[in-house]
Amino acid sequence: MASSAAPRTKAKSKGLDPAQADEYRSWLRQMLLIRRFEEKAGEAYSLGKIGGFCHLYIGQEAVAVGSLAALGPDDYITCSYREHGHALARGISTQAVMAELFGKAAGCTGGKGGSMHLFDASLGFLGGHGIVGGHIPLTTGMAFAVKYRNTSQVAVCYFGEAAVNNGAFHEALNMAALWKLPAIYLCENNRYGMGTALERASALYDISERACSYDMANEVVDGQDVLAMNSAMERAVQRARNEKLPTLLEVRTYRFMGHSMSDPIHGHYRTREEVEDQRKRDPIAVWSQRLIADGLMDEEAIRVMDKSVMQEVEDAYQFADQAPDPAPEELYTHVYAEDQRER
Amino acid sequence: MPTLTYRDALNQALREEMQRDPDVFLMGEEVGVYQGAYKVSRGLLDEFGPMRVVDTPITELGFAGVGVGAAMVGLRPVVEFMTWNFALLAVDQLVNSAAKMRYMSNGQVGVPAVFRGPGGSALQLASQHSQAFESWYAHIPGLKVVMPATPADAKGLLKSAIRDENPVIFIEGEMLYNTKGEVPEGEHVVPLGKADIKREGADVTIICHSKTVSVCLRASEQLAKDGVNAEVLDLRTIRPLDTEAMLNSVAKTHRCVVVEEGWPFAGVGAQVVDTIQREVFDELDAPVLRVTGADVPMPYNKHLEKAAKADPAKVVSAVSQVLYRE
Repeated sequence: MASSAAPRTKAKSKGLDPAQADEYRSWLRQMLLIRRFEEKAGEAYSLGKIGGFCHLYIGQEAVAVGSLAALGPDDYITCSYREHGHALARGISTQAVMAELFGKAAGCTGGKGGSMHLFDASLGFLGGHGIVGGHIPLTTGMAFAVKYRNTSQVAVCYFGEAAVNNGAFHEALNMAALWKLPAIYLCENNRYGMGTALERASALYDISERACSYDMANEVVDGQDVLAMNSAMERAVQRARNEKLPTLLEVRTYRFMGHSMSDPIHGHYRTREEVEDQRKRDPIAVWSQRLIADGLMDEEAIRVMDKSVMQEVEDAYQFADQAPDPAPEELYTHVYAEDQRER
Repeated sequence: MPTLTYRDALNQALREEMQRDPDVFLMGEEVGVYQGAYKVSRGLLDEFGPMRVVDTPITELGFAGVGVGAAMVGLRPVVEFMTWNFALLAVDQLVNSAAKMRYMSNGQVGVPAVFRGPGGSALQLASQHSQAFESWYAHIPGLKVVMPATPADAKGLLKSAIRDENPVIFIEGEMLYNTKGEVPEGEHVVPLGKADIKREGADVTIICHSKTVSVCLRASEQLAKDGVNAEVLDLRTIRPLDTEAMLNSVAKTHRCVVVEEGWPFAGVGAQVVDTIQREVFDELDAPVLRVTGADVPMPYNKHLEKAAKADPAKVVSAVSQVLYRE
């Protein structure tokens, strides 16, 4: 059984297109932002400033950044509860995400959602969802709405590989294929559902093959390579927009941290050696080296970029720390809408 | 005023709301080609086409989630469960997705969807097909729970439910589909959260909903022969509960019996009794009693099944007790 999550078939890469240098550099910045943000979130959690569960995205940054870069402003996105990175890459402000983790009124859901339920409807960012697999049918419904209205949007669902064993995954993908809906199911295969390795939970190792059950297009993607991620997502987006067909992407990646803040990085279910081996393909290092090799950035420029990112995260931390809690009366707001549609 | 069956009143509400609002669509098992397992959707596929009358696989969790997702981006789905027994597979979507989306998103994303289908027992369908789940859903903040007892209310309440911005659990009576009654034509809208006095009386209040309304009306006729004038209050909406109507009636009669089809433990009646004893304790001349389904899975045998159900004799007996006639 493969100890590495990354597929070994890597195409010989061409040089990076200088015309897209700005975008390529922005991907590095977004990945660095997620990395530094998550490091700071872990620190804040340890200090008791963030409560509840806190699932860090460190190691998987290229997945959110590369895939979200292929979407347009009107597309719909849902995520699992490990979604800080997706929220940042989609454009929710660093301050609003950090403040939400702190449970503050200035958070992107006013302190009511927390780490697992980040939303920004104006960006089509329709939730972190806390029940494994539960949001996959929601995405099918959003894609249904796109077809119903005959627009060219796509609906994208991010979930972990552990979700593919539950019924919601099967039911949602079956309907999406049956009805030819513009949905993209992006499985972030980070090898472990909490402490259970993929091969201990799934009878089928290659998750992409599950798409065959639904006669659905599928692809295995190297999730540590932001460019490969972006290219695969572009293909899926084109299929959704132009052919109105769904895709299952199995993105092979790795979680460098524990499942949540209460889970050590290695121990019962994986070895130190395995984690260290995986860290050799740190998506930020992989992309930094690529940008340097192709002459789009140098080490100094990356250092300056990292410094500005760290400052942004520090500012967000200070903002969140000093921001006020929600007013007590917020407890009872937004349970129900009071109005009826007038039409 | 035309006389319609409960089934056709629901059909009329669906048709009118789909004509009124192009974002309203119906989805579920057998709603299209088959014309509805209980024929509530008869003719709708022909009129509105397959994009708006969507036959689904037998996949309750999945299509409930599809309905929630479509509602999150502004469509107004009416999701039909063939029965509420099967909707148990969809409870995660109803409770974790539909009910909480508005709150978790701090008001950014609502779920204006109706989830409807028959609930309660029919005749000899045994344990898994004879269940009343309204108290489960009424427990959940974020959901509304609506249960019409008459054809007119079926039409008016379904129209309100479809126009409501919240997720509405709309439980029809499986045994009510063939019942007939006068139904106003056109814009007949019954607001959610308003109970209705189905029979005025002064001696005792009988609070009920859905199928038990007819049980209580029959009990009232028997009681009338004994000189007892019962008031029958149909809740119509379980959540939000029309507390004012309940309390006004009890303040008038000073005695109360609460009747429901479901099981007794943590049932709808438990909530009603809690409210009454807290708010109008001094008005009561007797403890409030409850008539419920027996606290057992529904048996198949028809004599055992009859014994398990709330019926007029049990209601008459409970009323006699609160009147201290026994």
